[in-house]
Amino acid sequence: MERYYQQEIETADREQILAWQNERLVKQVRHVWDNVPYYRAKMEGKGVTPADIQSVEDLHKLPFLTKDDLREAYPYGLLAKPLKDCVRIQSTSGTTGRRVVAFYTQHDVDLWEDCCARAIMAAGGTDEDVCHVCYGYGLFTGGPGLNGGSHKVGCLTLPMSSGNTDRQLQFMVDLEATILCCTPSYAAFLAESIHERGLRDKIKLKAGIFGAEAWSEEMRQDIQNKLGIKAYDIYGLTETSGPGVAFECSEQTGMHINEDHFIAEIIDPDTGEVLPEGSKGELVFTAITKEAFPLLRYRTRDICILTREKCSCGRTHIKMSKPMGRSDDMLIVKGVNVFPSQIETVLLEQGYPANYQIIVDRINNSDTIEVMVEMTSENFSDNLGKITEMEKGLVSALKAMLGIYAKVRLVAPKSITRSEGKAVRVIDKRKI
Amino acid sequence: MTIPQISVFLENKAGQLADITNILSQNQVNMRAINIAETADYGVLRLIVDDASKASSILLEQGFILTMTPVVGVAVSDTPGGLSQVLGVISRAGIDVEYMYSVFGQKDGQACMIFRVADTDKLASVLEENGISTMTGDSLGLH
Repeated sequence: MERYYQQEIETADREQILAWQNERLVKQVRHVWDNVPYYRAKMEGKGVTPADIQSVEDLHKLPFLTKDDLREAYPYGLLAKPLKDCVRIQSTSGTTGRRVVAFYTQHDVDLWEDCCARAIMAAGGTDEDVCHVCYGYGLFTGGPGLNGGSHKVGCLTLPMSSGNTDRQLQFMVDLEATILCCTPSYAAFLAESIHERGLRDKIKLKAGIFGAEAWSEEMRQDIQNKLGIKAYDIYGLTETSGPGVAFECSEQTGMHINEDHFIAEIIDPDTGEVLPEGSKGELVFTAITKEAFPLLRYRTRDICILTREKCSCGRTHIKMSKPMGRSDDMLIVKGVNVFPSQIETVLLEQGYPANYQIIVDRINNSDTIEVMVEMTSENFSDNLGKITEMEKGLVSALKAMLGIYAKVRLVAPKSITRSEGKAVRVIDKRKI
Repeated sequence: MTIPQISVFLENKAGQLADITNILSQNQVNMRAINIAETADYGVLRLIVDDASKASSILLEQGFILTMTPVVGVAVSDTPGGLSQVLGVISRAGIDVEYMYSVFGQKDGQACMIFRVADTDKLASVLEENGISTMTGDSLGLH
């Protein structure tokens, strides 16, 4: 039997959902116009006032918001509530090193956790479950989001955070965890470890909620078979609160977007034109209930397809496909956003040439990133120790910028292919 | 008296070293000493050749990254304790040796070691004070 956290909302008919969206959108537009000079200036720049936005039909009149806007407005430029009303921030890396900081009122946190609770119940969770959360806790939204959702459902919550596989497995076995929340690559890694240690009969997992990075249907099957569970996808981004913007149900054919909180559009990434339902294009979100950090028409850069086809789970909210790619050059490595431009910035700062190549791979179910950079006469020395010192300096500067370890490989000059026109900066060998 | 050393960046991949020796051989450059320091991914090839300026311009033309460094050639008695005596002198003078290696085929009961230090003048004078001779380019057959 299908379980819902907020059945009336999750199974509401189309008219009802639209009514909520119309009312909340109008209110939200007024809220940003009154409280965020940055938005007001953007709207004025496009000749739009709140009076022009009467319903979802008018959404297309609003200007888009991009990651560049978030960077420009950092840290408080998009804040729509006084700081005294805010209780939380979460953060993610942005382009060229400047982070994106999202603010939350208590109400925002509540609604975010509701969204995560819906995802947990859609995966079969109840208050009798033990929910093992090994997404990172801290600035990353994964841990706090699923942790809050798990509390709302009433699961016994294990706030494991990431890393320390021995401890993960010990708690999973001893406390009889039934739901696992982490990145799909970490789930695959845990599945391997469980097999290697012969713990398969000792675990009680029945479901997993895996997100924050792309994963294939083959990877799903592999995890499901190895752990004997059902593996559900979850989607979100820090800018729109975090995981739980959309989540999979028992049908496992796409993720229901929580339309009472987010209006989704698909646009042509080149022209910005809104595309009809079923088209493949860039996903754009308007957050209609967020108070502190409301986003209007935020371009996610994720390419996907939306569908309103009836779902056997009974939920009526629109479904999005797994993201099929990006309309920018952002990479997601170990669940962390990585832009080639960040790497380029570090290389130039450290005195390396801007001719480089990034090689991303997935080895033993774990993402790896390697930066190939050419040796130059300036950086070369007859003393090997000086070269390795400089290399170490580059590795730590990359770690500071990206938040993850990237291997550096110094190569001979001219060994990185210079293509005609656009340089091939990224080679992604992962089979996702 | 210093000797010019050529250091070349080597990526650890098949054929890199052979490429260099091949280029030198085609251009009639003779190697007098060779040494490689490496990590898992790359290395530094150090060469003493009979014609350093010719060798370096050819290698640069071929796109290699290189640097020229003055090093000191030291005559060492080819008997047990020969090197130990020289290192003792250098160490007592408080000179750090960055690295050292030996030259091919010396005769007359003498070996020759190449020393890389930060202050070559100081090394030369310390050796002289202790009656240890440094090698000239001529004695190593360099042009």
